[in-house]
Amino acid sequence: MAEILTRPESLTQIPFHYCPGCTHGIAHRLVAEVIDELGMVEKTIGVASVGCSVLAYDYFNLDMQQAAHGRAPAVATGIKRALPDKIVFTYQGDGDLASIGMGEIVHAAGRGENITVIFINNSIYGMTGGQMAPTTLMGQKTTTTPEGRSPQNGLPLKVSEMLATLDGATYIARVALFDPGQVTKAKKAIKTAFIVQEKGLGFSLVEILSTCPTNWGLSPVKALKYVKETMTQYYPLGEFKKPEGVL
Amino acid sequence: METVLMKGNEALAEAAIRAGLKVYFGYPITPQNEVGEYLAKNLPKAGGTFLQAESEVAAINMVYGAAGAGVRTMTSSSGPGISLMQEGISYIAGAELPVVLVNMMRGGPGLGGIQPSQSDYFQATKGGGHGDYRLIVLAPSSVQELYDYTMLAFDLADHYRNPVMVLGDGLLGQMMESLTLKPYTPAFPLEEKTWATRGRKNRSPNIINSLYLDPEKLFSHNTKLFKKYQEIAEKELRVEVINEKAEFFFVAYGSSARISLKVIELLKEKGIKAGLIRPITLWPFPYTVIAEKVNQSKGFMVVEMSMGQMVEDVERAVKSQKPVYFYGTAGGIVPSPQKIYERTLEILEGGRNNG
Amino acid sequence: MPKIIYDQNLCKACGLCVEFCPVKAIVFTDNLNEKGYRVLSFNQEVCTACGTCYRMCPDLAITVHREGR
Repeated sequence: MAEILTRPESLTQIPFHYCPGCTHGIAHRLVAEVIDELGMVEKTIGVASVGCSVLAYDYFNLDMQQAAHGRAPAVATGIKRALPDKIVFTYQGDGDLASIGMGEIVHAAGRGENITVIFINNSIYGMTGGQMAPTTLMGQKTTTTPEGRSPQNGLPLKVSEMLATLDGATYIARVALFDPGQVTKAKKAIKTAFIVQEKGLGFSLVEILSTCPTNWGLSPVKALKYVKETMTQYYPLGEFKKPEGVL
Repeated sequence: METVLMKGNEALAEAAIRAGLKVYFGYPITPQNEVGEYLAKNLPKAGGTFLQAESEVAAINMVYGAAGAGVRTMTSSSGPGISLMQEGISYIAGAELPVVLVNMMRGGPGLGGIQPSQSDYFQATKGGGHGDYRLIVLAPSSVQELYDYTMLAFDLADHYRNPVMVLGDGLLGQMMESLTLKPYTPAFPLEEKTWATRGRKNRSPNIINSLYLDPEKLFSHNTKLFKKYQEIAEKELRVEVINEKAEFFFVAYGSSARISLKVIELLKEKGIKAGLIRPITLWPFPYTVIAEKVNQSKGFMVVEMSMGQMVEDVERAVKSQKPVYFYGTAGGIVPSPQKIYERTLEILEGGRNNG
Repeated sequence: MPKIIYDQNLCKACGLCVEFCPVKAIVFTDNLNEKGYRVLSFNQEVCTACGTCYRMCPDLAITVHREGR
């Protein structure tokens, strides 16, 4: 029997506007594959955030709401409390989630809100032209840390580790997309997260270490190497919190 | 004095440094990112501090703290970010703190667009934040004015202990024009900020606050604020009038004023003598300057990159004595002089045919 | 049924599939697509339909048909 690997039903036909080699495209596809495979297409509502992925409402073939910068977890809470038997997810970048949206994500996780958060961490602000993010690494040059990040800009935030300390959080995992094996692992984590929601077990978040070739000034292939060799040193991969016997 | 070619956003940042900006707090938002980026690079070299805040809510509260500590401070943003700052701006006005705010306007409402607009006029001049207060609002219409009026903003803010907004748009912020780097000379004698919280040494405590639980006290505080606004209205109005003896007036500010000048040129070729009233302060607003032209003018055409905001203030000045027309574009569209010219001709020549 | 169906107009020549194809079946050509990106060439004989290129492509430019799996 033939298997066909092609565009999932949960993605529209609209070509992505992302830069060449940007791993947003892979992340979108993995989320869509999971939603297809779990048979959730008709009952899933996504919340798009503000960042390079602001147009996610055009890319997911699902009901979508566009949220203000940082507020996606609150918007998702509103949808989930209104329609508890639907599947609700947010798709957020590091500025959206960890900078302006830090209050909202902590409280959504703390409340044990039964939503799924897809957190794209590329340690920089892509959409606005390469400014520092809360997850920018020490010494990393950005347009607002032209000499490299130093202690006076604070130290990078480890979102997965922080949220895993909250009693309300159920599934917290950090994955990366730097090679085919990692892509497969990432998909598994995303699937776990959506199953946690489907079973009503609580708040799930998957942090995905991603690339920004344009603002890092690296080729797409070199950008993946940077994630593998440098980012994972500060942001270790793994499952930081997991409920017993989910899968 | 050096003359350079510079981008609007960078010119205003350079002006702020020269005017003694000591601490800047801001958050990235298009179309003003160059302000923060220029300051990230150059403010520390001038002995100041740059900090990218976690959000605009945080930024405006950082600005409140620094201003209360008696230090020259500034933030910059665009519509959605300025909306987030409204609570903080109200607190700053209530606590009488000197602060410079910069809004480079973009299309709205909501997330809107990233192209230029003038749709934050109401927000800037009629409040935006809660309570009775006023911002001094300066509306530059060139890179040179972005530079000159940013310097003035710091002086007005300190002299009156009030927040001052420099209201630009995405077009002004992104354009590059020739700029004369005038040296900074204070518009007022700079006084020591004896009210600031810098550590109580040989004096009773200074408190920065906007809470007055006793309604009598809050009423008298509001009265005091409005006496101040009265003084500002009398002394700080700035407006430019082109063609004082014109038979028809455009009223426009910022980028719309430049476009209106082109329309006036086109009308001149048709033998129509049109003029421009260009408010440079949007608050205080030049009501009497407009009213003075009512007798001689056939009417007023207000040009804004919005669905009509300043037009209401023009109507207030004209008091229905002559027609007030409106030409506006929104969404980030910059109006074409040709289209405004044709519309104006329709109005003026239509009038002649009927008369 | 060809193993690889490639939509060159979705391709941005990022090179991820070229880098990770285990049998080196994908190369850049000198042709350009309508957006100006270099177009790829797939060697259908050498290809094992492992699906790695599909997995690494951020733009869904590749569809893989895997017979008898």
